[in-house]
Amino acid sequence: MMRRDDDVIIGLVARTASPFIMIFALYVIFHGHYSPGGGFQGGTMLAAALILVRLAAGDDLAQLQFPRAWGTPLGSAGVLIYWGTGFVAMLCGGNFLDYAFLPLAGAAPHRRNLGILFIEVGVGLAVCGILTAIYDDLLEGRPRD
Amino acid sequence: MFGAVLVLAGMSLPDRGDPRARLHRDPSAAGTPNAPSYYIRSPERDADTPNMVTVILADYRGFDTMGEETVILTAGLICFLILRRERSKEKRS
Repeated sequence: MMRRDDDVIIGLVARTASPFIMIFALYVIFHGHYSPGGGFQGGTMLAAALILVRLAAGDDLAQLQFPRAWGTPLGSAGVLIYWGTGFVAMLCGGNFLDYAFLPLAGAAPHRRNLGILFIEVGVGLAVCGILTAIYDDLLEGRPRD
Repeated sequence: MFGAVLVLAGMSLPDRGDPRARLHRDPSAAGTPNAPSYYIRSPERDADTPNMVTVILADYRGFDTMGEETVILTAGLICFLILRRERSKEKRS
């Protein structure tokens, strides 16, 4: 079987395109308040950037970019950000996930705006980490290059 | 036969977003305030955000999104557990 990281052009294009896909994914996450997009879409694009390098540029480089052991912890961290935002709002006197009670500066609409941003970041991290972890899990047991 | 019934029922549905349809009237047929009209009117005032889809997803329906995210995490963890177990079996044999 031909080694996947032998092709210079494919590897180079994947390595070059991956950071730009990540930048656009972050834009989709953080601009979700004003345009179509949000955590799920942006997280999927982040995972696409990571999986592109995993597919095209070989195992060594992919492990350098995003180690195999990070996927599940990153997904758990995203879910924890979401639940933590809810519980912080609850500890500060409101209902669960009532962003108007978050301990932030500004009026209630602005606090809700920031709360939505936290939520979207949490969703994005979780989706990115879990999709990459599923891809890595499916490759477990495969003979390494 | 069932498909024909479905097509017949689908043809008599109101147009999407038709404000005069009975489904979309505010107040509703039961005389209560209609949730969709609230969601369309208030995101800018409630959350300072022009994109109403984001506000509905993350604020008004925050519990739903939390459940979705937990489902994704569960799927990832199950993949992790199943595939990890098979690998350790291979090691033993």
